[in-house]
Order: sequence, then structure tokens, then C-alpha cells
Amino acid sequence: MKEEQTPAALSIPEETLLKWEARGIKRRDFIKFCTATTAALALPITLVPRVAQAIEDNRVPVIWVELQSCTGDTEAFLRANQPTAAEIILDTLSIEYAETIMAAAGHQAEKSKDDAIKKYQGKYIAIVEGSIPRDGAYCCVGGKSALAIVKEVCGNAAATIAVGNCAAFGGLPAAAPNPTGAMSVQEAVPGATVINLPGCPVNATNLTATVVHFLTFGKLPATDKLGRPLFAHGKRIHDNCERRSHFDAGQHAEAFGDPGHRQGWCLYKLGCKGPETFHNCPTCRYNEGVSWPVMAGHGCIGCSEPGFWDTMSPFYRRLPQVPGFGIETTADQIGLGLAAATAVAFGAHGVASALRKNEHDSKEG
Amino acid sequence: MLELRYVWEWPVRITHWVNVVAIVVLSVTGLYIGNPFISVSSTTPYVMGWMRFIHYVFAYLFLMSFMARMVWMFCGNRYASWREYFPWVTAKGRERIVGTFAWYTFLRKTPPYEVGHNALAVMAYAGVFTLFLVQCITGFAIYGQFEPGSFWFNLTQPLLAVGNQQLRLTHHIIMWLLIGFGIHHVYSAALMDVKEKNGCLSSIFGGYKFVDPEEEVE
Ligand code: SF4
Repeated sequence: MKEEQTPAALSIPEETLLKWEARGIKRRDFIKFCTATTAALALPITLVPRVAQAIEDNRVPVIWVELQSCTGDTEAFLRANQPTAAEIILDTLSIEYAETIMAAAGHQAEKSKDDAIKKYQGKYIAIVEGSIPRDGAYCCVGGKSALAIVKEVCGNAAATIAVGNCAAFGGLPAAAPNPTGAMSVQEAVPGATVINLPGCPVNATNLTATVVHFLTFGKLPATDKLGRPLFAHGKRIHDNCERRSHFDAGQHAEAFGDPGHRQGWCLYKLGCKGPETFHNCPTCRYNEGVSWPVMAGHGCIGCSEPGFWDTMSPFYRRLPQVPGFGIETTADQIGLGLAAATAVAFGAHGVASALRKNEHDSKEG
Repeated sequence: MLELRYVWEWPVRITHWVNVVAIVVLSVTGLYIGNPFISVSSTTPYVMGWMRFIHYVFAYLFLMSFMARMVWMFCGNRYASWREYFPWVTAKGRERIVGTFAWYTFLRKTPPYEVGHNALAVMAYAGVFTLFLVQCITGFAIYGQFEPGSFWFNLTQPLLAVGNQQLRLTHHIIMWLLIGFGIHHVYSAALMDVKEKNGCLSSIFGGYKFVDPEEEVE
């Protein structure tokens, strides 16, 4: 029994490992990458060789377009976690077009995009970063509106990955009052096959894992109702959080820097939205698995949920403000006021009722 | 001659008292969950854990009680029937509404004669039952999120479209509305007991009320 479970990862064929070594990637790093990605995808460890094989065999062209974005997702990806992950993936994916990292500029760049769309029609992966304004005036690249670009790029792709909250749900540009009429990729190109990888920014591990899933199985991973992959968004942050035992015990930091906060207590009272947010941050973490917001001492702001900028704020309070009331009025204060007003009103009514003459009294009296 | 009549059948009384206990427990634990006001310094007490556990157990109890009362709307006597809750559909009922309103606002000397609930009371209860329903739905929608794919999660998932935080706010505000209702309810019951002199307050324990057949109009 025991032998069967032991190093499945080691059954990656020797020649594959040698090939990667020849490309300057240590076999140890390659195995680490394959294992970590398989784990991120919540696949059994026995599939590691298959993942390795897929990365080796399949090249997939990628067109990465950036629209109304802050380039945070590109940054997150370029700083991809496992030391060699970026290299592996950049090597595996032939990135045909990505404004931030490509050498070509101007018309040359646009031409390489058009060529790629033609050459790999129906076969490439489109990665969209940033939201799409309804009005073409707000975001044009090479004279084309953002809407026209995504229609062309996503419409001809095998699959589209919407990275970051902006591309997945509209994100910050779509926050009220949404001056540009920003939409998500799904809204902009309703017919396309889109998978949403929200987060602000996207977690590079999840992006790599999604691509690897596509390479390995030829299709996108299973998603929830919001189009997010279940392997990354199937559980709430709160249910995997390392501070959860403090939550259950009732140990809550009351203010930033107080003794509780310094001892790593739960950030619930500081407005942590972990209980409202479905993401794998506690297990995957960001930046080479170094840390993630709650670990660093800041509550979750729900950046992988639709409309988080509007719905999850105020970020440092548990509940939203009650619309129509003063900014500092919380639901509890209103509730307490309401209860007190009820008591006063009925108290007054009671006094008046006690004083008034009533038919029965006069009959009896 | 006054006659003694069995007005509130036992399912009405039992669900009433289960609701009272459940609402009190749910409000206290719910307030803690929304704003953990007890601070502990060691990891042993498991305060939040217990509060949530009690909240969920009483939530189920409340749901069962609420559902039982809804069923009884269709099986119980005329005072428990769902028809009671819509006085405004009949001309007679509208007259009772105006009469009760006039009495409450000191415009009329005696309250309209009632055996069961007065017309304003049932309208308030119809509202309260609606709040109960919303409270159960929002509550179980939040609860179900601990396990996507679970029964409650699948049942309530469409609600996530209104926003996870909005569900919490609604759940929270309704708690306060129900507390407000509780204050009003106890006051009105006591007032009616004093003014109608028909054993209103004790009827929710024993079920019987004094009825004057001469005054009772069908
Ligand atoms: S820090 Fe946030 S996610 Fe973690 S246990 Fe506390 S409330 Fe939940």
C-alpha cells in the first residue's frame, strides 16, 4: 500500500526532467511546480505526471489584452509564485500579444495580435485584464474601442480567462456611479466561453493552475454560478482562515495595533469580510506563498466578490451603511433608536389610556 | 351572560411561546455574532462557537415553529385561520379596522367587540409573519455559505445576487423591527386585558377567553 502512494511525482519521465534542465530549470523546481499546481487544482497527486506531460507537450498561444485596468494582474503574474513558474508558463504559452511585456510597439504590436487571431483562430486562450466601458470613447487601443477588441479577441478564442475583479465583474471602474459604464467580459461578449478569476489582483497560482488544467484536460475547470473555478473559489476565506480558532474562541482585535491585533487575533471586528468571500487565499497565499492580507494583519475586503467596492464597504465595519441615513449611523444605532422610540410611544399611549374614562368603567362605577 | 370560549388552540399557544423563547435567544446570540461584545483573553472559552451553535439550533426551532403555525392556518379554528389575517378585503373587516384605529387614537370610547384578534392586531401579525419568513430565508442563506453545495446553499443561492452583505443587513434590521414589535405586542396585550376585561392576557396561557354572546356580531 505504502509504495503505491510514494513519490508519484517522481514518475515524471527522466527525459522530461532533463529537457527542463537543459532549459535551465532545476528538476526539483519543475517537480515542485507540477506538484503545487496539481494541489492548487485539488487534483489527486497521482495526476502530477499527467500535468507534467501536458506542460511538456502542449503549447497554447495566448493573447493578453489590457483594458480599463491598473496592470496589477500582469504584475501579479510576472511575479508568479514558484521561482520558475513564470518561466515555465511563459515558455509553454507562447504569448503572442501582451502590451506590458511585448517587445513590439504601436502598429507592429497590433499587427502581431491580428496575425495571431487569424493564425490560431479557435485555438488560443484570451486573457482579459480590466473592464470594458460601454462607451467606446473611454478606452481605445490602436483606434479600436475596448468593446470591439474583446469581441474580436474573445469571440475567436478557444476560451477566455477574465483575470482580476475588473474583467470578471467590472471591479473598481464599475463601482458606483460607474462613469464609463464599465462591464465584465461576460457582459461584453455574452456568447464567449469565459472563466472568471477575480481577485484584486488575480492570484497568479490560480491563473497558472487554470491554464495547466486547460493544457491537461483540454477544457476549463468546473465553476460556480459566478463562473469562478471551484478549486479556487469553492470555499469561504473564513472557513480556512488561520485566525479562525481566535474567532471561535471570541478573541477579536478591537483596533489596529492593540494587544489582540498584535497577538494575531481574529479581525472580524475590524471589518474582515472573510465570512462573505469565496477564495483560496488562506491556502494559496500571494507572492510565492509568502503572505495574504489576513496573515499580514488586515481584514479581507472581499475583492473576489462581484461589486466588492460597493457591497463590501465600509471595509472596516461589519455591516453596510443604511442607505438614507447619516454616514456614521449604523444599523444597530438605528435599531436601538427604533426600539426606544417604540417603548416611549407605547408608554405615552399607556398613560393616556389609563387616564381616559372607558365605557365599562362607568357602567361598573 | 358571559360564556367561556376556547379561542387559542394548543398549537397556537405552543408556537407562540416557542417563538417568544426563540426570538429572545436568537436576538441575544445574534447581537453577539454581529458585534462580539464579550472579550476573552484565552483560547479555551469558545464563546463565538457556542453563540453560533445556539443561534443555529434555535433558528431551526424557530423555523419549525413558524412552519407549524403556517400549517395550522389551514387546520385550526377560525381565530387561527389565514382568513383572519386579511380583514381589509371585506367591508365588515374595513369597518373593524377603522373602529380599532379610532379607539387606539382616542377617537372612540370603546374598542370594537372582538373574540379573537382585533383588526389592527392581525394586520400587524401578517406583517410580522412576513418578517419571520424573510428572517428565516436570509438567516439560512447566510448559514448555508459554510458549505457550498449543501441543502441550504443550493436553496438560497439565488439570493446571493442581492449581495452577501445586504443579506446580513436585512437580517440585522429585521431583528430590530421584531424587538420593536415585541415591545408593542406586550403593551397592547396588557392594554386589551385591562380594557376589554375578557382575560386576553391569560388566554395565551390557557386558551380561553370570556365572550359575551349578546355583543358578538357575526
Ligand atoms: S480574520 Fe477574518 S476570515 Fe479570519 S477568522 Fe477572522 S473574520 Fe474569519
